[in-house]
Amino acid sequence: MSERKLQQITIRANGVSKKYGDSVEADFVLEDVKLEIRQGEFFILLGPSGCGKSTLLNMMAGFVEPTRGDIFVHDQPVRRPGPDRGMVFQHPDASLFPWLNVRQNVEFGLKMKHMKREERRLISNRFLDMVGLSEHETKFPHELSGGMKQRLQLARVLANDPEILLMDEPFGALDAQTRSVMQAELVRIWLHTNKTVAFVTHDLNEAILLGQKIGVMSRSPSAHIEAVYHVDLPYPRDATSTEFVELYKDIASHFNVTGRSDGVQVGAFPPSLTKLGGLP
Amino acid sequence: MTTAIRALFKWILERGILSWLAVLVIWELVALGYHNADLFPSPVQTFDGAIRLWSNGALLKDIGISSLRILAGWLLGTLVGIPLGLIIGTSQVLRHMIEPFINFFRFIPAIAFVTVFMMWFGIGEGFKVALITYTTLFIVALNTMMGVVRVDEEKIRASMCLGATRFQIFLYVIVPATVPFMVNGMRLAMGNSFAAIVGAEMLAAQQGVGYLIWTSRLYFQTDWIFVGLFVLGLMGFVADRLITVLSRVFLKRYGVMDGATAEMRL
Ligand SMILES: Nc1ncnc2c1ncn2[C@@H]1O[C@H](COP(=O)(O)OP(=O)(O)O)[C@@H](O)[C@H]1O
Ligand SMILES: [Mg+2]
Repeated sequence: MSERKLQQITIRANGVSKKYGDSVEADFVLEDVKLEIRQGEFFILLGPSGCGKSTLLNMMAGFVEPTRGDIFVHDQPVRRPGPDRGMVFQHPDASLFPWLNVRQNVEFGLKMKHMKREERRLISNRFLDMVGLSEHETKFPHELSGGMKQRLQLARVLANDPEILLMDEPFGALDAQTRSVMQAELVRIWLHTNKTVAFVTHDLNEAILLGQKIGVMSRSPSAHIEAVYHVDLPYPRDATSTEFVELYKDIASHFNVTGRSDGVQVGAFPPSLTKLGGLP
Repeated sequence: MTTAIRALFKWILERGILSWLAVLVIWELVALGYHNADLFPSPVQTFDGAIRLWSNGALLKDIGISSLRILAGWLLGTLVGIPLGLIIGTSQVLRHMIEPFINFFRFIPAIAFVTVFMMWFGIGEGFKVALITYTTLFIVALNTMMGVVRVDEEKIRASMCLGATRFQIFLYVIVPATVPFMVNGMRLAMGNSFAAIVGAEMLAAQQGVGYLIWTSRLYFQTDWIFVGLFVLGLMGFVADRLITVLSRVFLKRYGVMDGATAEMRL
């Protein structure tokens, strides 16, 4: 993992601030955010609800404009959304296209590029297969379970081959069982595709299971990334291993010590399920 | 055996057969109370009137004429209303410009335009179709506009991430996401079209169901008036079923619902 240090910075923020609205009295949701995400890295943004995780991710995507400063992708300031940054949204019902079936959803981006039908088919086959939806290609989103919908979102984004994957609590609404399966799948796919991932969560367990780096955010207003933890554990990770537990305590105490644990899912410890997120 | 009876009862109840029977009974009782067919004909007397109107072809002709007027105006209004609603919904500037007028024109029913429309579009078929076009266009455009405004922000954001251009987003996201609202507007407009055509036919027409209802009064043919009223209800019912069934068959994937709630009424 040491060669990662040499890798190029893909996403960079150096003093980004954001407040909604023009009013002078309005609080800054985010203030002076500093951040570096390297190429191919799995980066977690961890913080309590309402601290501005989605806001930060939306600024990386180009959906939301910073009030001060800029987010840079390969040293270019982000001005608008683009196909180099794919987003997997928290709510699949709001973001999937319900009038298109599973395959058509996956092929949407390719169709926008006027790609030929046969070519589209090859690509969608590959990613439907990767997320395990091949047998459901003719179903419509409303016929899928929550986990399958998130698989579909992932396939739709991957088919478009973005360099960066932005994910906003994609597994937050899933039951524990499905969530741990999806976490394992995501790690497998990430290892397979070498995407740079920025993944938002308020679940500490999920953060350590998935991330190579965990950016811990302080509470809003004026939230920022107050610490970055390196997780040097091999995948698949074992939530009961000593290192995992040590790190969990470390980050959790970080939240507790600073009195900012409210909203971050520290939860009962140790986690009751063993082998969470482990590969089957 | 009892389950079969229960199933039959459920079937009868669900199809509203009991309700209609109840209406017939009450109707008959009221007619008995009046005991004056010129004032309040009974179901049987009304049925007789319907047979007479039907056998000389007058009823069918009136139904046909009214239906054609409604269909022409409704289709025209829809054809103009949908693109108009899409454009207004997409442009914030246009929306702000047009919004003040909406709550102004909302309170001017189509029928209030009869006189000026007669001057502008002629006293023949022109003004009648124009009335229905007006009322349809307004409701369809308004509903379509609302649909555009309500498209999930995430869908638009997702398509931007997938590389769609602004025009592609409009064509492949906003338009399909708005289809249920268009259909809802069309259904509501159908109801208003009936109101408009009956009014117009009462005021200035030589044919049509509205004309039938109006002139029957002059001949004290109250049974024919009842026939006209019943036919209106039936026509509306059939039209609504047609829209529902057709959109369910052809627009199912767009999530067009049965009995979608009324978003906007004129
Ligand atoms: N579009 C918006 N307009 C106004 N305030 C917003 C908007 N989006 C988010 N906020 C506010 O910004 C803060 C951070 O929100 P968000 O980024 O969604 O937090 P998180 O994703 O960490 O839960 C919250 O206080 C929220 O109310
Ligand atoms: Mg959020």
